[in-house]
Amino acid sequence: MTQAVLSDHIAAAHGDARARALKGFKLGDVAFHVLTKSSAIAVLLLLGGVIVSLVHGSAPALGEFGFGFLTSQAWNPVTEKFGAGPAIYGTLVISFLALLIAAPMGFGIAVFLTELCPHVLRRPIGVAIELLAGIPSIIYGIWGMFVLAPVLQTTLQPWLINGFADIPVLNDLFAGPPYGIGIFTASIILAIMILPLIASISRDVFETVPPVLKEAAYGIGCTKWEVMRSIVAPYTGVGLVGGVMLALGRALGETMAVTFVIGNAHKIHASILGPGTTISATIANEFTEADGAMYTSSLIALGLVLFVITFFVLAASRLLLARIKRQEGR
Amino acid sequence: MNETYLPSAGPVVADSGAYAALAVGAQAEKMSVRNLDFFYGDNRALKAVNVPLYDRKVTAFIGPSGCGKSTLLRVLNRMYDLYPGQRAEGEVLLDGENVLDPKLDLNALRARVGMVFQKPTPFPMTIYENIAFGVRLYEKLSKSDMDERVEKALRGAAIWDEVKDKLNASGLSLSGGQQQRLCIARTVAIQPEVILFDEPCSALDPISTAKIEELIDELRVEYTIAIVTHNMQQAVRVSQHTAFMYLGEMVEFGETDQIFTAPRQPRTQDYITGRFG
Amino acid sequence: MSLASARKLRSSLAMSACVGSAVLGIAALAIILGALLWNGFSSLNLAVFTQMTPPPGSAGGLLNAIVGSLIMTVLGVAIGAPLGLFAGTYMSEYGRYSRITTVVRFINDILLSAPSIVIGLFVYEITVIQMGHFSGLSGALALALLVVPVVVRTTEDMLNLVPGSLREAATALGLPRSLIIRHVAYKAARAGLITGLLLAVARVSGETAPLLFTALNNQFFSTNLNAPMASLPVVIFQFAMSPYKDWQSLAWAGALLITAAVLALSIGARILGAQKTSK
Repeated sequence: MTQAVLSDHIAAAHGDARARALKGFKLGDVAFHVLTKSSAIAVLLLLGGVIVSLVHGSAPALGEFGFGFLTSQAWNPVTEKFGAGPAIYGTLVISFLALLIAAPMGFGIAVFLTELCPHVLRRPIGVAIELLAGIPSIIYGIWGMFVLAPVLQTTLQPWLINGFADIPVLNDLFAGPPYGIGIFTASIILAIMILPLIASISRDVFETVPPVLKEAAYGIGCTKWEVMRSIVAPYTGVGLVGGVMLALGRALGETMAVTFVIGNAHKIHASILGPGTTISATIANEFTEADGAMYTSSLIALGLVLFVITFFVLAASRLLLARIKRQEGR
Repeated sequence: MNETYLPSAGPVVADSGAYAALAVGAQAEKMSVRNLDFFYGDNRALKAVNVPLYDRKVTAFIGPSGCGKSTLLRVLNRMYDLYPGQRAEGEVLLDGENVLDPKLDLNALRARVGMVFQKPTPFPMTIYENIAFGVRLYEKLSKSDMDERVEKALRGAAIWDEVKDKLNASGLSLSGGQQQRLCIARTVAIQPEVILFDEPCSALDPISTAKIEELIDELRVEYTIAIVTHNMQQAVRVSQHTAFMYLGEMVEFGETDQIFTAPRQPRTQDYITGRFG
Repeated sequence: MSLASARKLRSSLAMSACVGSAVLGIAALAIILGALLWNGFSSLNLAVFTQMTPPPGSAGGLLNAIVGSLIMTVLGVAIGAPLGLFAGTYMSEYGRYSRITTVVRFINDILLSAPSIVIGLFVYEITVIQMGHFSGLSGALALALLVVPVVVRTTEDMLNLVPGSLREAATALGLPRSLIIRHVAYKAARAGLITGLLLAVARVSGETAPLLFTALNNQFFSTNLNAPMASLPVVIFQFAMSPYKDWQSLAWAGALLITAAVLALSIGARILGAQKTSK
């Protein structure tokens, strides 16, 4: 068979059909490429759209109140005077308190899972914690309102109020009466809610530590605590902070777990037992009932503030977590 | 460095009709690599390589690992195009047409120049679909024609008897050697003109290896074949021509018998006698 | 006390604290689930599935809310999942080394954890204000926007796990890129992609905040996407905050249903994911 015959053979076998198929490929390829690329860009536009629409919606309120909006304690729908002070304060305080409780416990659970837990239980407990991280926040909310708040109202809160009554500063922090609901209760609910998240991220981060590092430390006679503190913690520090920041991002924006138990009071109290509000709870509680353009615009401005805060916290967290990922890759 | 092989020593004419006429009697070059340089970023992996692939012959590429033999193979079907930062300079002719031409239709090229890889790579589909999938994209065949084509391809790859009763089983359920023959069948089914084998037996046991080698010898009747191997005995067994590469250079090209019995280059001699590599 | 025993003591104290926090944390979560099961099951009866949400102070069910939730979730996933799938496909298949991918990944990770109530405000601005009324469609759109980041993330991760050799093998047959992606890469990553989808459904089916001012609520049975639509989470929110015993127990029943659905979805996703890795 010569070359020409082979070519003829192929031309006869596929001929025009193949040429047509190849042409079809080109078109389909370009179309699919464009489709996927525009989808990726749509994700960017989504973020851009969120920012633009929030800025647009909050323009009237921000124009009226200026930067004073961020600090003002006013919240009066009748006179149409609004300020974000109490909501921002409540958001920050509740998130901070929740982290104060959840971060050490989350680390503890992670240490327990990676170092102490019997091997058979490791997976089931790990899985259970990850599943709990997926439970909708509204569940935590109604549990907090119906179960936790009444219990706190009759036990822990009176005890705190009486116990610290004579100690300066603390007696202001824990001043009565025991409402049950309020900033303190909301913090606890939020802490329970972000606990699985912190625990599972910390565990993943702990697992990036090369076993030889730990073995070397045990080899020179370090105790478990010394290995955790002097080897694992420094090695994973960046990742742990990243995980906590991610949890903070969630906590700041969390709506339903908090809204049930916060009390919705636009006041800044010294006492953390009193009712308060957060940005998200304010929006959730009042948005549909807001009448008047200034009222609605002020609520959207609150949303913008929340978005800006969480954006920076989450961005920082992603950068830190990306760093530990690179470290692992090396 | 290229004294032993002069490029375009054979008759090379762009017009394939004239080419065919001239080729009668002489050995026709199905593909010709001319002065090829290849770069991974700034790293020059192939240096002015010249080599022909003769029509319906098996050409083996040997050399120590990292010598650029797999890289060369991946230029022949432009596989390197999948990755950024890799580029080729020079000419690679397929029936006189430069395949490095940026305007070339890559899918058409790859339909003509098939490839079989080091590790078997069956698609996550049934055995039947592994073959039919590619064919269906190029040709509209009736069910019975497709059945026929699948059977022919599987027979061609000497695996029909082993799989004919389980065509609907997953391709992943086969043994390594069977998977590799399935991949060869898949390549054959598209009816390419050239088939590139990139160390096709390195992941296989000796019995499977023998089957594949036998198969390559049979495929030579219809296809032009290039095979990269790190196993010199394999090169002797399956190929008519052998190219020895070292550090990105084509050291020596010639008939397999000559390369292994009377190498002209001292480096070739050192390699085949096991003094390095 | 010798130095050695002091060190040992400190270590056991610290480790006991870890065990303690694990016990405490897991106990807290167990108590929540326990309360949910107790209150939920004692409120659950056939009427929950067959009757509409009642006016204050009378008995009824959650049928309209269940149906509303199903409609909006399905529609939201139907809108959001393809967008996320294609975006993730671009990032893994076409733009794996490109600048756009890095930026999109970063932004997507932020959207993944961004407050859902803000997404609600966004959808309110672009749909409710434009249309002049609340609607089930707006609710579905808000859920869709929450589905997107989850699906983008899992799609990119799962396609990145598909071995390059498979793509090369398909490329060597002369198959065009788009077909390789659709017929080979998607197939190889199928279990992972479905896992991502289930996780996305689980994520949005309990979402309340973005529905509050998009779909609003509807006391009556309605499948009209152009009108306000009830949903389980919003009904739970409204009923739980009310002073009426009947409403409160319906809220518990609804909470149990949502949790059961979410857990079933996440467990399903997990089983699928495990199957994939064991193969």
